[in-house]
Amino acid sequence: MSEKVLMKGNEAIAESAIRSGCLCYFGYPITPQTELAAYMAKRMPKIGGVFLQAESEISAINMVYGVAGAGKRVMTSSSSPGVSLKQEGISYIAGADLPAVIVNVQRGGPGLGGIQPSQSDYFQATKGGGHGDYHLIVLTPSSVQEMADLTSLAFDLADKYRVPAMLLADGTMGQMMEPVLLPEPHDVTVEKSWAVCGTQMKREHNIINSLYLSPEVLEKTNFERYERYKQIEENEVRYESYLMDDAEYCIVAFGIAARVAKNAITAMRKEGIKVGLIRPITVWPFPVKPIREAADKVKGFVCVELSMGQMIDDVKLASECKKPVVLCNRAGGMIPSVDQIIETTKKMIEGGAR
Amino acid sequence: MAIVFEKPKSLTSKEFHYCPGCPHGIIHRLVAEAIDTLGIEGKTIGIAPVGCAVMAYDYFTCDMVEAAHGRAPAVATGIKRARPENIVFTYQGDGDLASIGMCETVHAATRNENITIIFVNNAIYGMTGGQMAPTSLPGQVTQTSPYGRDVKIQGYPIKVAELLSALDAPYYIERVAVNNVKNVKHAKQAIEKAFRNQIEGKGFSLIEVVSACPTNWGMTPKKALEWVDSDMIPYYPLGVFKDRSKEEEAK
Repeated sequence: MSEKVLMKGNEAIAESAIRSGCLCYFGYPITPQTELAAYMAKRMPKIGGVFLQAESEISAINMVYGVAGAGKRVMTSSSSPGVSLKQEGISYIAGADLPAVIVNVQRGGPGLGGIQPSQSDYFQATKGGGHGDYHLIVLTPSSVQEMADLTSLAFDLADKYRVPAMLLADGTMGQMMEPVLLPEPHDVTVEKSWAVCGTQMKREHNIINSLYLSPEVLEKTNFERYERYKQIEENEVRYESYLMDDAEYCIVAFGIAARVAKNAITAMRKEGIKVGLIRPITVWPFPVKPIREAADKVKGFVCVELSMGQMIDDVKLASECKKPVVLCNRAGGMIPSVDQIIETTKKMIEGGAR
Repeated sequence: MAIVFEKPKSLTSKEFHYCPGCPHGIIHRLVAEAIDTLGIEGKTIGIAPVGCAVMAYDYFTCDMVEAAHGRAPAVATGIKRARPENIVFTYQGDGDLASIGMCETVHAATRNENITIIFVNNAIYGMTGGQMAPTSLPGQVTQTSPYGRDVKIQGYPIKVAELLSALDAPYYIERVAVNNVKNVKHAKQAIEKAFRNQIEGKGFSLIEVVSACPTNWGMTPKKALEWVDSDMIPYYPLGVFKDRSKEEEAK
């Protein structure tokens, strides 16, 4: 058994990736995720892995494309402005049906924005991000432990479905230190008969490609990919349900926002207000079913976000607008407080907030 | 009966989509001949660009990857680092390599990545129908320089071989042409050398091939080949621009 160690979130991702068989990492410096690259720079040469500081985020994601095409586990990490730069490459990776892991330790935007935590890349992460019809599997850690666990899961899911997976964290998750139980190094031999590694004169050549000039053929690849997405939506939704059994009000929040929300729930429960939490762990696929079910039970939803309100759209869609959904948010690197969540919830209860 | 000439084994039987008189066919053949001669087909991974050669992945029998526009050297870097036992080459045009992909090109060169780059310079964007390239000559008329490339407005062409040779790292850089038999024969040797360097672990080798684009230059194939001699080669002189084996010998 591994022992619990005290680690920064960014480093927990790095070590977990290595233990999950990722021996190739490409990145470009950007706050607040740089510790991840620094950790890889130290560790990779000692274990026969590849660490390369790319000349840009664009190059880093294209190196990832190459390694993923060559059939090996590979990861890149960045923060919001850098992830915008990676979008072209992510679209190609999705279009060529390659497994890869992309980490976004989000900071406030738009533009150069700031360096404090944010969740304002939710739309970019969950709705595609680059050009064309595609999705990423998007996992949102809420603790350093989950930074490690979900990194490992991201690699497994990416390989299983040949879909790029994103770890959508935020600056607090990257920077905070908590005890973490790291995954045991595990065997990750996945058969990748489609990969380019040389024909060895034993088979026809493999081609890694996203170009289909015939619209009929291109359409077919899109429909086939969406069949896979349907399987992911059916099998891979993950969420935490907290005190929802008797809840009359439901908070929906992920990442750092969910942690603040739990404290607000404890305080409100002491006052006799029955509040629960649904914490999406996958934001794509989104936990539609639990929210739809909650909509039949609760009197309203409070969506807590570090953005101007992005996930709230998915909550409204999932709840089919059966009950009021209100936003409790801060932006630009600010974090909603316990008091703000309590105040917003109480206002909704009084019917004062829509 | 003795066979005196046949298709290289490393080319598929798929018909090229290139225009009549386009030298891409010759250059593909030279790459395939090098792969055959060196016996590396089974471990070679090629990377196609965005541009006229975008569908090169259908023409070579080795494993192939289609890269985003200009990103082939980064894709090649990833593959070579992950699988150093494979032979990795990119095949890129002037827009791909010297415009949108210049950053990736320079950095792959300065890391002396152990890859082979075949850079086809025909001074125009062919696939999109004849726009000005980073290598279009001063005065050259294209769709986006309809009054001729005015260096005061559009700047000067980029001489890739000269530019990259200013770096300390790259192992081998040579410019060749394929507009006559003598030049084709020499280009064949240069391309083979660029692959051999990689096999020997020497590092970054780039062969700039001065090519022609009869369709978008608005010339007959024969006239285009003459224009390579009269206009292209005077601006883009042929020769070896960097050869670190010479430095090694000097030590």
